[in-house]
Amino acid sequence: MNPEIISTSTEEYKELIESLKKDGFEMMVDLTVVDWFRKKEPRFEIVVQFLSTSKNSRKTVKVFVNDEDLTIPSITDVYPSANFYEREAFDMFGIVFENHPDLTRILMPDDWEGHPLRKNYGSGRIPVQFKNAPKVD
Amino acid sequence: MKNNKIKKSKLSNFKNKLDFWATNSEEGGWNISSTDEGSQKMLENENEKQIKIQTGTEVVDDFVIDEDTSDDERMIVNMGPQHPSTHGVLRLQAELEGEVVRRVKPIIGYLHTGMEKTGEELNYFQGPTNTTRMDYLSPLFNELVFSLTTEKLIGIEVPKRAETIRILMTELNRVSSHLVALATGGMDIGALSMMIFGFRERELILNFFEKTTGLRMNHNYIRPGGVAADLPDGWQKDVEEILKIIPEKLQDYDDMLLDNPIWKGRLQNVGILTTEECFAYGVTGPSLRASGYSWDLRKSQPYSGIENYEFDIPTLTEGDVFARWRVKVLEIFESLKIIEQAMHNMPKGPYKVQDKKITPPPRKRLDESMEALIHHFKIYTEGFKVPEGDAYVAVESPRGELGCYIVSDGSAKPYRMHVRGPSFCNLQALPVIMTDSPIADAVAAIASLDPVIGDVDR
Repeated sequence: MNPEIISTSTEEYKELIESLKKDGFEMMVDLTVVDWFRKKEPRFEIVVQFLSTSKNSRKTVKVFVNDEDLTIPSITDVYPSANFYEREAFDMFGIVFENHPDLTRILMPDDWEGHPLRKNYGSGRIPVQFKNAPKVD
Repeated sequence: MKNNKIKKSKLSNFKNKLDFWATNSEEGGWNISSTDEGSQKMLENENEKQIKIQTGTEVVDDFVIDEDTSDDERMIVNMGPQHPSTHGVLRLQAELEGEVVRRVKPIIGYLHTGMEKTGEELNYFQGPTNTTRMDYLSPLFNELVFSLTTEKLIGIEVPKRAETIRILMTELNRVSSHLVALATGGMDIGALSMMIFGFRERELILNFFEKTTGLRMNHNYIRPGGVAADLPDGWQKDVEEILKIIPEKLQDYDDMLLDNPIWKGRLQNVGILTTEECFAYGVTGPSLRASGYSWDLRKSQPYSGIENYEFDIPTLTEGDVFARWRVKVLEIFESLKIIEQAMHNMPKGPYKVQDKKITPPPRKRLDESMEALIHHFKIYTEGFKVPEGDAYVAVESPRGELGCYIVSDGSAKPYRMHVRGPSFCNLQALPVIMTDSPIADAVAAIASLDPVIGDVDR
């Protein structure tokens, strides 16, 4: 099944989501971010998947986030299932979701520096050191 | 005054020693006296509305909150991450009032291995080796969803035999995954025989998997363009044996548990999830079907030709832990129906796409054909290129909607590979299930959601 793709801006994002909820899209299925580092401006694109079980259809909402503040309104009050996904996006890409109840790191340790899924973050180059573990030389 | 100072220095001396003992190093260490573990806040922003969302009262107001008790009687207790009933390394921060759970927050990430980052560094041909390790109880579904997404991006259709093998293998995988869910669920509640039974029957299926794919788990069997190998000789016999034995054993489980007063007492009217709550928190799969909503991607958005098979969607209305257990048992029967049909209607023909740019040639051809050698070398070193674009494909895994979102930039590696794990989303409903229920029911609630932490943390 091919979802219908809707592109929007950060200002109209929240309104669009609310109207989708009214249209009978009961579930927010997935929220993820694509980092278009040096390929597109602005850099981060948020991709949200919606599912309507009553109409048996899917919709995809795509929105680019401003590079200056990396801020977008949170949709947890419309779809509570966005909670973990927004935390994951914050953890992995550093996108800030306004009015999110608990915008903390979800998968990485609390004191981790950097956002691992960004394209300019190398993989496997940081030695794993757990909090307060004795240092071994 | 002087005495006091001596006392203080003695105390700090002792603390340093304690630190040294705990960390075996002189610099830093745990500051043991000033831990605030018990007094921490669960959410950054704790206003009334957010707490309502967290406990599910915003969606359906079915909780009776006892306002009489003061805050002094509430305490925050950590359950896990090393706890046998958390099915892996799941940590629950629970606010308790006596024996009643008032609020709970699942804390995850203890098994995070950066598989989405790894996915960007492996080409499409290597991709299934990575995704198969996410949900380790239903690895074939992960491979299937990755392969389907890649095939959608390339725009190819796999041969009929490959599709049927995929259906056969994934439905067998659903049976084995549900058997583990029943087994561990029983173990958590104290039905230890159930644990032995479930794992015993699962062994039958794993033996068949080992014969076909070479491995018991993490098969890397379903690949973009088809499957890795044809079914082994005499596979019908093995499948027939599975089809014969499993229904008999399921009857044993029913004899043992269906009318068992202890089992019913522990599970009925415990951890109720309504349909509205399922929608709000994105719960799919058996948990949604147990709450009275008939929704299965195999029926509504079919994949791999599963629309040609006859099967029903078992749906129950109670929404409690007992219903979630029962739905899984009934689903095994439906899966066995599909397996039987797939076995009798297995078409002949190739088991992978005959496009040599996508699937490697058979080993025999390498000795006689120069071109086959070139194709083989190209696929195993560089992989195949996938046209630019993005695609989201979802399949019905044993735990719910398993989706895969791939963005391609035209190279041989995915630009971004994201997997929507059903356990990750289902886990968000845990606070809703556990709020205002006794701590003893918590274990049953976790087991009924059947989270696989490999799928949660990825």
